[in-house]
Amino acid sequence: MEHSQLHHQADVRTLTKKAKVLRKHIVNMIFEAGSGHPGGSLSCIDILTALYFSELHHDPSKPAWPDRDRFILSKGHAAPALYSALAESGYFPVEILHTLRKMGSMLQGHPDTKIPGVEVSTGSLGQGLSVACGCALAARIDGRCFRTYVMLGDGECDEGQIWEAAIFGSHHKLDSLVAIVDRNGLQIDGPTEQVLRLEPLAGKWREFGWHVIEIDGNKIPDILHAFSEAKKVKGKPTVIIAHTLKGKGVSFMEWIGSFHGKALNKDEMKIALDELERD
Amino acid sequence: MEKKSTRDAYGEALLKLGGNHDIIVLDADLSVSTQTGKFAKLFPGQFINVGCAEQNLIGVAAGLAIGGKIPFASTYAIFSLRAWEQIRNTIAHDRLPVKVAVSHAGLTNAPDGASHQALEDIALMRVIPNMSVIVPADGVEAASVVQMEAERKGPAYIRLNRSKTPILFLHDYQFEFGKAVYIADGQDITLLATGTMVHLAVLASEVLKRAGISTRVINISTIKPLDTDAVIRAARETGAVITVEEHSVMGGLGSAVAEVLSEHVPVPMSLIGVRDVFGESGEYEDLLEKHGLTVECIVSSAQSLLRRKK
Repeated sequence: MEHSQLHHQADVRTLTKKAKVLRKHIVNMIFEAGSGHPGGSLSCIDILTALYFSELHHDPSKPAWPDRDRFILSKGHAAPALYSALAESGYFPVEILHTLRKMGSMLQGHPDTKIPGVEVSTGSLGQGLSVACGCALAARIDGRCFRTYVMLGDGECDEGQIWEAAIFGSHHKLDSLVAIVDRNGLQIDGPTEQVLRLEPLAGKWREFGWHVIEIDGNKIPDILHAFSEAKKVKGKPTVIIAHTLKGKGVSFMEWIGSFHGKALNKDEMKIALDELERD
Repeated sequence: MEKKSTRDAYGEALLKLGGNHDIIVLDADLSVSTQTGKFAKLFPGQFINVGCAEQNLIGVAAGLAIGGKIPFASTYAIFSLRAWEQIRNTIAHDRLPVKVAVSHAGLTNAPDGASHQALEDIALMRVIPNMSVIVPADGVEAASVVQMEAERKGPAYIRLNRSKTPILFLHDYQFEFGKAVYIADGQDITLLATGTMVHLAVLASEVLKRAGISTRVINISTIKPLDTDAVIRAARETGAVITVEEHSVMGGLGSAVAEVLSEHVPVPMSLIGVRDVFGESGEYEDLLEKHGLTVECIVSSAQSLLRRKK
């Protein structure tokens, strides 16, 4: 086996372990907050883990480092996922996670630039891709080589602004830009295909001029592979359509729409943490 | 008398900023009208046309600002409101130095009619925390605003006009952010005007002077943050205040002034502006007349307000 493959396997094991730690943070912090969005936080956490602990060039001791890779959580309601990744990376102490959504805490219900490591405040859907396009353009104008990553929800793709930005990104050949769609298939009012049909989603992005990669977004090797494929793409931005499971990792939450925006009760939290400890 | 539109002054002022590579000008397919087109020709590497997509206009500008740029994002005033929430949630909330510089505000896009006129924009921008609202009174002030805003941190809404209006200021005039600008002193009544209405207020003050009424004229070019000291002093010293704006009387300059005076110096006040109606197609001058945005209306408002003062 080649050295790089060995390294890769070790990386995958470490990342898988880390994702589990972040999942526990998510379950805990939303329980303590008494509100929040666990389903969509758990679905995208493997991707965030791969980003923060492998893919992104960043330095938690220097959040304003001009050459850092940018990450924007456009689906801002997955804030607990982002906060746990930032805390575990060292942007702020892990203990602060317990203050999520509490008065006076920097950990607002949705991402806020008060928090070290948060590039832009989000929460109102549809806006992050435009901002990411601006970041990628600024990099090009300044001749910097950082990359820009932005995580979209699939329900968020209902927003017209996403498609304004999609046209823009390919027009300007923003090949340092990678959008990831957390394709968990559920939005607040039900399955995305019932609320407002998105399929063929890959075809739409392709027609808009993007390089499309479809993966299992809960599989770390798939995610890492997609990121490295994206780096080879020239002349167009990449979108990774990450097929995920809403509530992934906690059996009774998986593919359950009601956990979009509902905290776990005490019993549910115990079962969830048990499950996450077990495997 | 020399005349110039504030949008023309904006377009020319941008050209002077082109040497600064951090200045990026964005437009949403209206560069010929907003006058950003000249900048686009001379500095193509610092100009981005997003097409007619105003939400993306604001989002891309935000991303550029995060990357250390100072974006001037232009479209018509009314269409920038389409991205009001983007302006609120990203630009203003995060205090990004994006300058939303919009033309064709008020009734100035006269023949195009209601869909292209903006009579609500000052109100909508003013209520957003961290947002500043600037309405230059003439071409000289507009140029100075652009120059100053390119250096000032933080977001701004710069309201520009299509119609050519008289130059009021000397060429070395320098805009001061947040400062009311005294145009004429007087003791009997104060006219607080903004944008295109400032030169009408000046003309009205001359008519009033001939009638023996000493009129203070103040240009409120920064509507937010409002120079409350100047407003309070004017109310105290003259005892009667009229606001004049090419905007709805709801939520604009008049409201901003009333908010201050009702708490500090409740003097008799009149608000001159558009009375909660949409605009329509027509000649600009005719529309101004229909909505009472004329020297005659300012004069008669002053005369009746003085009767209330006594």
